[in-house]
Amino acid sequence: MNDRGIRLLLLASVFTIATCGLIYELIASTVASYLLGDSVTQFSTIIGAYLFAMGIGSWLSRYVEKDLLRVFIQVEFLIALFGGSASATLFVLFAHVSSFRVVLYAIVLVIGTLVGLEIPLLLRILEGRLQFKDLISKVFTFDYIGALLASLLFPLVLVPYCGLARSGFLFGILNGAVGLVALWALRGQVRGARALQIQGIVVLALLGAGFAYSERIITWSEASAYNEEVIFAKSTPYQRITITRGGDDLRLYLNNNLQFSSRDEYRYHEALVHPGLARLPNARRVLVLGGGDGLAVREILRYPRIESITLVDLDPSMTRLFSTQEMLTRLNAGALTAPRVHVVNGDAFTWLKDNREVFDFIVADFPDPSNFSIGKLYTTAFYQRARHALAPGGAMVIQCTSPFVARQSFWCIDETLRACGFVTEPYHTLVPSFGEWGFILASLHPLTEEWNFPGGLRFIDAKSVADLSHFPPDMGRVPVQVNRLNNQALVRYFDAEWARYSQQ
Amino acid sequence: MRTTRRKFIGTVGASAAAMLVGCKRARKFSGAIVGASAAVGHRLRLGNFPAPSETIDAGVVIVGGGIAGLAAARRLDQLGQRDFLLIELEHQPGGNAASGQNAVSAYPWGAHYVPLPNDESVEVLALFEELGITRGHDANGAPVYDEEFLCADPMERLFDAGRWQEGLLPQIGITADDRRQYEDFFARMESFRSMRGRDDGPAFAIPLDLSSRDAELLALDGKTMAAWMTEQGWNSVPLRWHVDYSCRDDYGAGIEHVSAWAGAHYFASRRGRASNADRDAVVTWPEGNGWLAKKLAAPCATRTRSSGVVFNVEQSDGAVVVDYLDVEREQSVRVKTRGVVCAAPRFVAHRMIRDLPGGNDAVYSPWMVANVTLDQLPSGSGTPLAWDNVARASDSLGYVVATHQNVHPVPRETVITHYWPLDAAVPAEERQRALARTHADWCERVAADLDRVHPGIHSHIRNIDVWVWGHGMIRPVPGFIWGGAREMMQEPHGRIVFAHSDMSGISIFEEAFTRGTQAADALVALIG
Repeated sequence: MNDRGIRLLLLASVFTIATCGLIYELIASTVASYLLGDSVTQFSTIIGAYLFAMGIGSWLSRYVEKDLLRVFIQVEFLIALFGGSASATLFVLFAHVSSFRVVLYAIVLVIGTLVGLEIPLLLRILEGRLQFKDLISKVFTFDYIGALLASLLFPLVLVPYCGLARSGFLFGILNGAVGLVALWALRGQVRGARALQIQGIVVLALLGAGFAYSERIITWSEASAYNEEVIFAKSTPYQRITITRGGDDLRLYLNNNLQFSSRDEYRYHEALVHPGLARLPNARRVLVLGGGDGLAVREILRYPRIESITLVDLDPSMTRLFSTQEMLTRLNAGALTAPRVHVVNGDAFTWLKDNREVFDFIVADFPDPSNFSIGKLYTTAFYQRARHALAPGGAMVIQCTSPFVARQSFWCIDETLRACGFVTEPYHTLVPSFGEWGFILASLHPLTEEWNFPGGLRFIDAKSVADLSHFPPDMGRVPVQVNRLNNQALVRYFDAEWARYSQQ
Repeated sequence: MRTTRRKFIGTVGASAAAMLVGCKRARKFSGAIVGASAAVGHRLRLGNFPAPSETIDAGVVIVGGGIAGLAAARRLDQLGQRDFLLIELEHQPGGNAASGQNAVSAYPWGAHYVPLPNDESVEVLALFEELGITRGHDANGAPVYDEEFLCADPMERLFDAGRWQEGLLPQIGITADDRRQYEDFFARMESFRSMRGRDDGPAFAIPLDLSSRDAELLALDGKTMAAWMTEQGWNSVPLRWHVDYSCRDDYGAGIEHVSAWAGAHYFASRRGRASNADRDAVVTWPEGNGWLAKKLAAPCATRTRSSGVVFNVEQSDGAVVVDYLDVEREQSVRVKTRGVVCAAPRFVAHRMIRDLPGGNDAVYSPWMVANVTLDQLPSGSGTPLAWDNVARASDSLGYVVATHQNVHPVPRETVITHYWPLDAAVPAEERQRALARTHADWCERVAADLDRVHPGIHSHIRNIDVWVWGHGMIRPVPGFIWGGAREMMQEPHGRIVFAHSDMSGISIFEEAFTRGTQAADALVALIG
């Protein structure tokens, strides 16, 4: 290839690497704001760290004394590898490392440093081939045009059509290709061209595989459970709270498990509260255990006769979030700041032990019994304590996971309540985002068959409430053990049943 | 030349890094060696106590505030003999059921659970009902337990072949022959459990003195557990590991040391019933049996003298004097009394009561117990964290999680109690070695042992406290339980009656408690 050809080739690579460099920066910032929330902070700190690392790279370039071309090509391969895989790596590691920020900034620093090496090296490679003023003018022109292209491509094409992981791999491949083309064009001037070529091909093959399997990599990483945009994410001492939005649908996830979708949560919360509370004409005091989103409280507040509602939720971050964030208080109708509502942050089990008050209606709205510590909140020991907090003639309702997916688990809760001397009324309903969902109403004496529903309900009425307690054969009662602290039978059923279900 | 230099710098860098890592390893842990018994015991051997400078009277003196002494105190109260003084060597009563407490949790220093008592353990069952551990009986007469006292699930896990499995019987990589031997061994234990001897006594009972005296069964006391297992063809390595582990857990010594009768007693004596739990359930608390000790000690708090070293017990014509050193005041006190319950270990009794007949040849197992405060829960692959966590490859017995019974859903900090019976060499040698070790020596051993199953856990350790039990518990070596030594220990000596699990040959709560109760009965009958 003649000198002009080589010059053109090198300038074309300036353009490509400039595009790639900016894409990596945007990917890292976007991934960080997706996963960590607070996009302003993420964008600004990631860009800052990235530019700073580029400065380190530029400074380091002075220590490259010979074999400029060889070093340049190697740098291209390294950027291709790190930059291209950064997005997928971050998604995967997010769920598995405790100090995600350390990993994030380490990757950003490595990529930034390598990108910072590129332009100074290229300038020196082209030094003898162009006049200084031409050199500077051309290199920077292509550099900035590349940046413009990247900043337009990223939001308009890459994120919507390719996804973050796949875009990363795509630009990694482009970056690696620049290195390989340069190597091929200048093979006579590079020492050890053959070994370099093999390196390049390996890098491209890896990135190609990543590109092909990126969908699967992302599915594997927990963080990508969200198809929607993550608008809030926070790790509290108790759990990871994630809120997503897709169109008008607001979703809450705790430890990556869906808690509600704003599209159909009314079905769940109406079914949780009204079949029980509408039958207690004398109910004045209500206790809600769990349910820090305030949505069950919103339903309870529909009854003017209720004088006080005590909500006991473990996580102050949850109740604070659902008392202050406008989007969320709109959803729960400001339930948590209502004058009749008293919010306590504490563990329900311990709180019940010290409690001396009695309540006419108790709502136990805990996460599913997926581990031994939550399993304790569904044991005989727990229900006995709850029983002491129940006024004569009162009732308690428990969210009981899906009787379709976890049939033994559902009936295990029923068996446990009956072992504690409760009369139970199991019922279920369809919540589209959850599937078929189950509840159990427990009381010390059978409740009246008369319902007085408040106004404003969208799902439960006198007619639909009658259908809830019919269990078709595939969800019918099965013989199960009583769940106790010393056998944790429920967690064992639940684990086996959901594992079987998710394998299908 | 340049590459050489780079290499050189690289090497220096690597060694510097290695030194840093090394420094981290040898990290100083906060904490201390606690427990006074070793130093006080030494003093008792030297014998240079000041002459009593004060004389007081007490109706009865109880020497030793372990479970036996506390049980005797409770029974004296029940019998109306409220005028007694309980003298305890440590700064708080409890003995092997001692416990501690820090900002994170209460934790045990020794015994940490009681299995469901057998129907014949009437004294213990009565205590359980009194303390609300059980609340009445079901239609079949089985006690109904308060489930918050029953050990929460999951109870035990074993680290073997790189992962945690449920239960303590090795399941990973076992052969068909191992499995056959497991079945055979446990079937034999099951038949022992329901067996009655020719005198119609249960083959293995608790209290142990209610066991059948059938010579065929007692013959098991003449050989070691290891020898008997070999005779029976039980040579499976994982089975023998499991049985060895179990013996070390209860007796501080393995199958090569304890008698086959004691070994079988461990597996075949438990017939406890519960309306709401399986037979192998146990009751436990964050502070282990310290919970029981505190309940027993509370009513006699004002009649207890802690940090008191009894160094002389003498009797003449119906009166007894007990001399003890008040360690805090460094003054000796003489107590004139009508009778004594000696609830101290037998080897200590021999130092206090100079005319006590009989030899002093019982064997005691030395132990080390460490309480390790962690800023996060240990985890690991496989079965999640259990109450009792054991590593097959370790010489220690693993650790028990003090916060296991905690119902709070997300404990972040915890205290784990690490148990280590010192049985590699003969007890005297191990004892000497153990007492020579510094706090830092123990920390290094404990942290290294934990690090093998939880790599990196040393960086989550906030504190390590250590207790060295020089004479942790009586060791049921062949011939001890049924060789006649115990009968002699049970004889009163004038107006001194004895109460200690040493007299049973196995150190368990039920034995100590029953001995204490019976001793109080015997003393009241004796002195009227």
